Amino acid sequence: MLGSPTALGDTLKVCNTCEYHSVKEAVNRAKAGDVVLVDGGVYLESGIEITKPISLIGRNNPVIDGQNSGQIITITSSNVKVEGFTVQNVAVSYMRDDAAIRVADRENIQILNNTVLNTYFGIYLQNADNSIVKGNVVKGVNTGKIESALGNAIHVWRTDGAEVSGNKVEGHRDGIYFEYVTNSLIHENISERNNRYGLHFMFSDGNVYTRNIFRKNGAGVAVMYTRNIRMEQNTFEDNWGAAAYGLLLKDISQSTILNNTFRRNTTGIYMESSSRLYIENNDFDRNGWAIRLLASCIQDTFRLNNFTGNSFDVSTNGSPTMNLFEHNYWDKYNGYDLNKNRVGDVPYRPVSLYSMLVERVPPSVMFMRSFMVDLMDSIERVLPSFIPESLVDERPLMKKVNHDSDRKLVQNLR
Amino acid sequence: MNKIIKYVLYDIVRNKIIVAYTLFLLLLSIGLFNLGGSPDKGLLSLLNLVLLTVPLISIVFGTTHFYNSYEFMELLVSQPIRRSKIFMSEYLGVSLSLSAAFMIGVGIPVLLFAPGATGLYLVLTGIFITFIFVALAFLASVITRDKAKGIGIALLLWFYFALIYDGIVLFILYSFGDYPLEYATLVLTALNPVDLGRVMVLLNLDVSAMMGYTGALYKSIFGSLWGIGIAFVVMVLWVLVPVLASRRAFTKRDL
Repeated sequence: MLGSPTALGDTLKVCNTCEYHSVKEAVNRAKAGDVVLVDGGVYLESGIEITKPISLIGRNNPVIDGQNSGQIITITSSNVKVEGFTVQNVAVSYMRDDAAIRVADRENIQILNNTVLNTYFGIYLQNADNSIVKGNVVKGVNTGKIESALGNAIHVWRTDGAEVSGNKVEGHRDGIYFEYVTNSLIHENISERNNRYGLHFMFSDGNVYTRNIFRKNGAGVAVMYTRNIRMEQNTFEDNWGAAAYGLLLKDISQSTILNNTFRRNTTGIYMESSSRLYIENNDFDRNGWAIRLLASCIQDTFRLNNFTGNSFDVSTNGSPTMNLFEHNYWDKYNGYDLNKNRVGDVPYRPVSLYSMLVERVPPSVMFMRSFMVDLMDSIERVLPSFIPESLVDERPLMKKVNHDSDRKLVQNLR
Repeated sequence: MNKIIKYVLYDIVRNKIIVAYTLFLLLLSIGLFNLGGSPDKGLLSLLNLVLLTVPLISIVFGTTHFYNSYEFMELLVSQPIRRSKIFMSEYLGVSLSLSAAFMIGVGIPVLLFAPGATGLYLVLTGIFITFIFVALAFLASVITRDKAKGIGIALLLWFYFALIYDGIVLFILYSFGDYPLEYATLVLTALNPVDLGRVMVLLNLDVSAMMGYTGALYKSIFGSLWGIGIAFVVMVLWVLVPVLASRRAFTKRDL
């Protein structure tokens, strides 16, 4: 105890009957290494500026209500911890981008277990290396609002080594926004009902995304101009709408997308100018389009994915080259397996003639499941002449892959 | 008129074909619901079959029935009964019995396995299509006295609505792909009752794909009560136009 410098700090208590009645006052009085402990109550304050390395801890759910009078907590010191508050009511401010909690140009910040309600931006990190945002709930009100009148729930900009985990964000423009963020971890977040993207990141290399759930967002998840990404065990579901994608990939390279679930999206994965991606062991279930692979994509690998109940498995606007489809399970496959090695003997062509027609003339979607269309598709599958020659799964699986228990099968196939 | 309908119905039920049709539909529906894991899948397969078989059976049964009861109609004409009444009784007798078969054969399994709005649309569509294709069958039968010719025309009509029409429209859409075709497609769909029925059910089933770029537009049109109302009005028109045309021809014609 005596040896550690932080333990030497004092504890400044804030509550109705304590020495301090205002969070701001206590924070201003605190010295480096102190703990400001707020015990319950509602504090109508804003513009709290933390300039020293202190811990601001809330107990019994204290509420700091900004009453729409500007930014609430601004952190301009390294090694600060903010934990256990409800921070609410920040008005829209186009010039300053006011947030409930903002960190600017400092490192090692921890923002833990807070609830942020009805704000413009929620938690805003700019240039804050090695920071942790964990276990927060950020809820905005977006009903009837347009995109430009909303901020992002968790906004991270130019940061290295950030961790965003266990947060629940909803009702903002973008749920989690990353720009120029590197070597960071996004883990076990739930992002839903945001106006634009559940997760939006650009120019952010070397990040890992695991076990997140993205649900009912206006346009799903967008990943742009980035490389070296790992996305694993995420769930993308119910992203419906004319411009909604489960996962939108634009100019992504050298990344892996493993063990994710894409369920009931208008488009499961939309890929544009993306190269050298490994898309393996994913489940595509009941999407309108499971994968839309634009002709600008090269050298992408799709293996051991399950495609079930999708209206269209793969569609394209031209003929993408050098992409590999192998050992996927397609529920529309009707080939046979004579030598019983669990791999179909006839290749499967996931792009149907009709899906190409719909790509070219969208209104023809009205004729889906018409007998004529089924007939056309069957003939085209037997004697392909229009569908791209290169988009073919030469070794489709006969049975659905069970990603957990089929390890042995997977090893054999490798 | 009720009396004549009753006799027509007796005649049809004694025929046993209608019983076979009911059993066929019943087996098909129960089989499909048990095969495809989810009720949605069952409905989808059922939709395809309903849109193919129901028009075919309605139109073939309608034409053969009309020619087979020609003597009965001639007998009735000699009585003091108006011709339009005779014709309408025959029409209602056939379409009501076929719809009843459809209600039992498809309606009950749908109610058991996949109750809901989509199932309701499927059953309604099936009944409308029965009425429409019996009307078309009667139209084909009053055009010509020759039984073989009549059945030929009926089969051609079925072929046209079930297959050729979609091919033609897809060709048109492909040729004029550079133009905005959203509303044109809507009109073209309404010009074929089979397509109209299919779209109404699909907009409730294949929701994900339909939420795409143009699908969303159609969804907003057909999803509203107003749009559904319009669709049903168009369906009713599809029944009325051939029925009235053939009734007119029947009353004017030299038997």
